[in-house]
Amino acid sequence: MIHHQHDIVIIGAGLAGLRAALETSRVADTAVLTKVYPSRSHSGGAQGGIAASLANESDDNWELHMFDTVKGSDYLGDQDGIEILVKEAPATIIELEHMGVPFSRNADGTIAQRPFGGHSRPRACYASDYTGHVVLHTLYEQGIKQGINVYSEFYVISLIMNQGTCCGVVALDILGGELHLFHSKAVMFATGGYGRAYKITSNAHANTGDGLSIIYRVGIPIEDMEFVQFHPTGLYKHGILVTEGARGEGGYLLNKDGERFMKNYAPEKMELAPRDLTSRAMQTEINEGRGIEGKDYIYIDLRHLGAAKILERLPQIRELAINFVGVDCIKEPIPIQPTAHYSMGGIPTDNRGQVVIDKENTPVKGLYAAGECACVSVHGANRLGTNSLLEATLFGQRAGEAMAEFVQREKEFTPLPENPAKPAEDEIASILKNEGKESVAQIREELQVSMTENCGIFRDEKKLKKELEIIKGLQERYTHIHIDDKGKRCNTDLMEALELGHLLDFAEVIVAGALNRSESRGSHYRVDYPKRDDENWLKHTLAYKTDKGPRFDYKKVVITRYQPIERKY
Amino acid sequence: MEITFKILRFDPDKDKKSYYRKYTVKVEPGMTVLDGLNEIKWRLDGTLAFRRSCRSAICGSCAMTINGVNRLACNSQTLALKRKTIVVEPLRRFPVIKDLIVDMDPFFEKIAIIKPYLIAHSRGGSRERLQSPEDRKLLDEAVTCILCGACTSSCPSYWYNKNYLGPASLFKAYRFIFDSRDEGTEERLGIISDRDGLWRCHSIFNCVEACPKSLNPTYAIAELKKKIVTTKL
Repeated sequence: MIHHQHDIVIIGAGLAGLRAALETSRVADTAVLTKVYPSRSHSGGAQGGIAASLANESDDNWELHMFDTVKGSDYLGDQDGIEILVKEAPATIIELEHMGVPFSRNADGTIAQRPFGGHSRPRACYASDYTGHVVLHTLYEQGIKQGINVYSEFYVISLIMNQGTCCGVVALDILGGELHLFHSKAVMFATGGYGRAYKITSNAHANTGDGLSIIYRVGIPIEDMEFVQFHPTGLYKHGILVTEGARGEGGYLLNKDGERFMKNYAPEKMELAPRDLTSRAMQTEINEGRGIEGKDYIYIDLRHLGAAKILERLPQIRELAINFVGVDCIKEPIPIQPTAHYSMGGIPTDNRGQVVIDKENTPVKGLYAAGECACVSVHGANRLGTNSLLEATLFGQRAGEAMAEFVQREKEFTPLPENPAKPAEDEIASILKNEGKESVAQIREELQVSMTENCGIFRDEKKLKKELEIIKGLQERYTHIHIDDKGKRCNTDLMEALELGHLLDFAEVIVAGALNRSESRGSHYRVDYPKRDDENWLKHTLAYKTDKGPRFDYKKVVITRYQPIERKY
Repeated sequence: MEITFKILRFDPDKDKKSYYRKYTVKVEPGMTVLDGLNEIKWRLDGTLAFRRSCRSAICGSCAMTINGVNRLACNSQTLALKRKTIVVEPLRRFPVIKDLIVDMDPFFEKIAIIKPYLIAHSRGGSRERLQSPEDRKLLDEAVTCILCGACTSSCPSYWYNKNYLGPASLFKAYRFIFDSRDEGTEERLGIISDRDGLWRCHSIFNCVEACPKSLNPTYAIAELKKKIVTTKL
């Protein structure tokens, strides 16, 4: 065991983690631990844009952005957090631009902005269709400038708590195979999403939601996990993202009759309805036999945009469609299907990124989270496109600022408990020793397929109960796995086994939460309870780990400016 | 159809030298080389080590040598390679850590050398710095580089001299030197015209052939050479 001591440990080097590190490393000894090299983080997969009411294209202001976000969240978003998000958004974008982000430009030299689903004004600042990539690289480059201390390819296994205070983590050096203990005053999770719980997903292989279950396992609740965003346009059979920017630029969704079917679901917004509604519309078309050739996909048609616009604004998705489905979108429509994309729920935090442990928002000393793994909650039951890059950057900065203040105030390190690395050592030893008959890949595959089938866009009690049983069965089988690689060096076989343990833990929370919430709101649609039920369910779910599965508690939604009304587009 | 993956393997903890191991994989249309490697790892041999993440050609993790050419495994269609045997090797001339995983540290260190961040001495003010669409267009290629290393690993000048900055690092220098907002041109031109800098590029164009994003580092390096000549004389 190799010991390290740093004031602050940040887990994850996407937008939230890097932005936080830029804030903290100015004043405190900071270590960033990341399972993939920073520039490989999946923030780089974001394509369409990052929201702010800069008003470069039309009138716009933070109130409009706020109302759109609250409405988009199906009124489950906490309005105090949303107000911070939208008010500080323009300054966040300007800061990114000053750091060097190469945004696309208008003729007058200002940052170009495009329309996006659920936004009433064109406010998505973009760089063609690789916005996340350039923001990620810019933050990474700022990290080089500032000399941030990064432990690349370090995989965090467990969190160290001592009497309710967080005091570090245990991590595996993937390349070397040694366990490292990081003793710290503050730990921040910026570990991203969990799309890999699903078969069809836009997410990277790395997106296994490890942070959520690491937190959950030490008794801290995770919030609103039943809200899973399905992005309408994933490449057919692959799930690879085709940006909403394609519709922002004017793309059409077509069924087998060549009909722009969105007119039947969102006559006003058409293709620019929010993602929950659009995915349901597509799935309905498919379920009712109006998929292309009667199959399980739809077309997105960009041909009318013309080659010049496609090449300038959407070059990446053109390449992706050519590479993965053999379609050049200048000449043909692209086959697409909804794809698991984003987690609205996550680790509950206050508005400065500090993790809170109950419905009274009691903070956990020394523990922070931001980005997709966190639940502030600014997205409520459905996130609007382009609000995630904004949230990750802005709340990453806020969490960084809060941690910097905390560690400067807190002179001493909380002592480590006895045997702080034991849970991590035991977990790894048990996997390496296990000579069971079950295969990690097989269990994962069964989880992903069944989650897509039973806990997808349309849910009901029967399917969710069935899925809970399946997951319990898979959890049992997980105790009888074996892996081939028993060595130390680059043991990605071991890492995949550890990741599967996480997937199985939080997938249970997603499904149990979905079963528990007997209403339809945002991305969570219950066929057997098709209406939103504000009387009983205008509240956040908090799931606590017990031996018998998750125990639920609830937290009030913060409503300041906009009372819930019917949501129509 | 069945395709043989012939993979160069090496675990310094166990092996005296590297060796090829063959695996037979049933390949369907749409299956990428990465899908094939996953199939091998998940069904046939869990000890095989390689990096991968996004599987959509944006993260740059899975650059490797496939049938002698540097590519990303994730966007290489197996059937498009038109071979019954696909030979997969680690990026050449990068130190191997295990199997297809190479040490990328020297590569990233060379990126850091050229000061890969906007240098602007003037304060930005409360609004964005203005940049014309034409000026922004100059950066279209350079900002989409994913730092996968395929170019530098394919460069004979780099094979000959490991201190050479290499195409990826120079491409990054281009990204800032040709950014109308940047004020660090002189510093960077000094760095890249050093003895291990851009004069080591002999326009062999291997990097252009290798780039999985169809970018053109050789062109960028030529533009940098022009810039040095016109700035310094």
